[in-house]
Amino acid sequence: MSQLDDLKAAIKDRLGELDCVIGWEQGYDALHATPLFIRSEADLDRLIIGPLAVHNLSTYLPGLKGKKVGIVVKGCDSRSVIELLNEKLINRDDVVIFGLCCDGVVSQRKIRAALSADPGFVESVTVGADDLKITVAGQNATLKLADVKADKCLTCQHPDAVLSDVLIGAKHGAPALASLACQDEFEAKSDAEKFAFWQETMSRCIRCYACRNACPMCVCRDYCIATSRDPLWVSQENSPTENMMFQMIHVSHLAGRCTECGECERACPVDIPLMLLRRYMNKQVKDVFEHQAGTALDQTPPLFTFKVEEERIHERGW
Amino acid sequence: MPAQDSRELRIVGFLCNWCSYGGADTAGVGRFIQPTDLRVIRVPCSGRIDPLFVVRALMNGADGVLVSGCHPRDCHYSEGNYYARRRLELLKRFLPITGIDERRFEYTWVSASEGQRWQHVVTEFTRRIHELGPAPLFNPVSEADWNALALKASQGLGCSCHG
Ligand code: SF4
Ligand code: SF4
Ligand code: SF4
Repeated sequence: MSQLDDLKAAIKDRLGELDCVIGWEQGYDALHATPLFIRSEADLDRLIIGPLAVHNLSTYLPGLKGKKVGIVVKGCDSRSVIELLNEKLINRDDVVIFGLCCDGVVSQRKIRAALSADPGFVESVTVGADDLKITVAGQNATLKLADVKADKCLTCQHPDAVLSDVLIGAKHGAPALASLACQDEFEAKSDAEKFAFWQETMSRCIRCYACRNACPMCVCRDYCIATSRDPLWVSQENSPTENMMFQMIHVSHLAGRCTECGECERACPVDIPLMLLRRYMNKQVKDVFEHQAGTALDQTPPLFTFKVEEERIHERGW
Repeated sequence: MPAQDSRELRIVGFLCNWCSYGGADTAGVGRFIQPTDLRVIRVPCSGRIDPLFVVRALMNGADGVLVSGCHPRDCHYSEGNYYARRRLELLKRFLPITGIDERRFEYTWVSASEGQRWQHVVTEFTRRIHELGPAPLFNPVSEADWNALALKASQGLGCSCHG
């Protein structure tokens, strides 16, 4: 049986005790998936998995707290679920986790860049073992999956769900590069270059808050300080300063909590490389606190606590 | 850096009420000579300082930000400065990716009796900021550009559709 059939069988088994199970189905065209809320066996027919099932569905869990919910997770998504559990934003007893052993997902941005014409509405997609055959505007294109993989998959340390009630597929462990060339390259730039980069990039931000809304760890919902008028942290002015300020809020509120799922960057309609900031912050958190969010149960996020003697904070003498 | 030597820069200091604000006071009472660039904001505890206060100040045109609280183990609320230390350390390490020179931000501990130490800290930090010079503005359009534009507009030359 294929991984998908196994998954369907496993969900069918538990569906009776759950309000719904969250998975993916085909979206508005063959290239895009969209979240699927499975409430009956009939809905199961629409379920898909694979490289096009990109969304981190754990974003929905805090909003459904108190309901019995099943969720399909890739390795990275399972880290978000763990982090939500560790912060008591969801209850373990209420969630049934269908974990996948994941081979990676695509980046829509990379696909767009690899196609000769703007894909617009894609007619059909065939997912092969290591390529994607895409038909758009009557033309066929074959893209290697390795070339259009999301960045996070290139450095993924946890492709197999870290926490699950049912694990589907065969475990394959972490292949993965240690770091991303583009990240290293950016970090090596001078302050002036980085500053100019963010000035220019943030002038493109339309402050749509898609990055925040897609983020599984952004749980303040209607009380986000970015949209509150009292206190007023960010004005409505659409200037690079205000837009960057919003990102600083997002990054700082995610410090030690961000599971590096990449949803913020994926959701951004103007392709702002937000992960440059997130990955860098996560690296600092790892350096100072030896902490990686969502990699184990019962971790406390480092900014929720302290040590009287900090081993790795070397305060500067004056 | 006495104000006479060069143009003052904008340095914002967040000082905890119980130690560092007292330390600055002690320095004042002792008539220690201090640079005058620092604008002090008194907060109840270094634990009250959201790193975003620092970010907001830097983004809004401060040339430097100094945070000072009670020494570890001396916090009036027992543990405020321990939380502050973690947050501020992360902020300091994060700044380089934004292109803001992390030397523009510093955090330290000064107790109420350490007037001399306060003098040293504020003098050293101010000297550093003067070495770095004024911070670049994040908005690519500078205040001067806006003012020039506003002036033009007020003279009726700025906007083609309104003559
Ligand atoms: S980051 Fe890992 S678990 Fe997540 S989609 Fe990529 S390969 Fe799969
Ligand atoms: S998703 Fe992109 S455009 Fe929208 S607020 Fe976030 S960074 Fe700005
Ligand atoms: S900030 Fe981005 S990468 Fe981090 S958890 Fe949120 S969506 Fe995922």
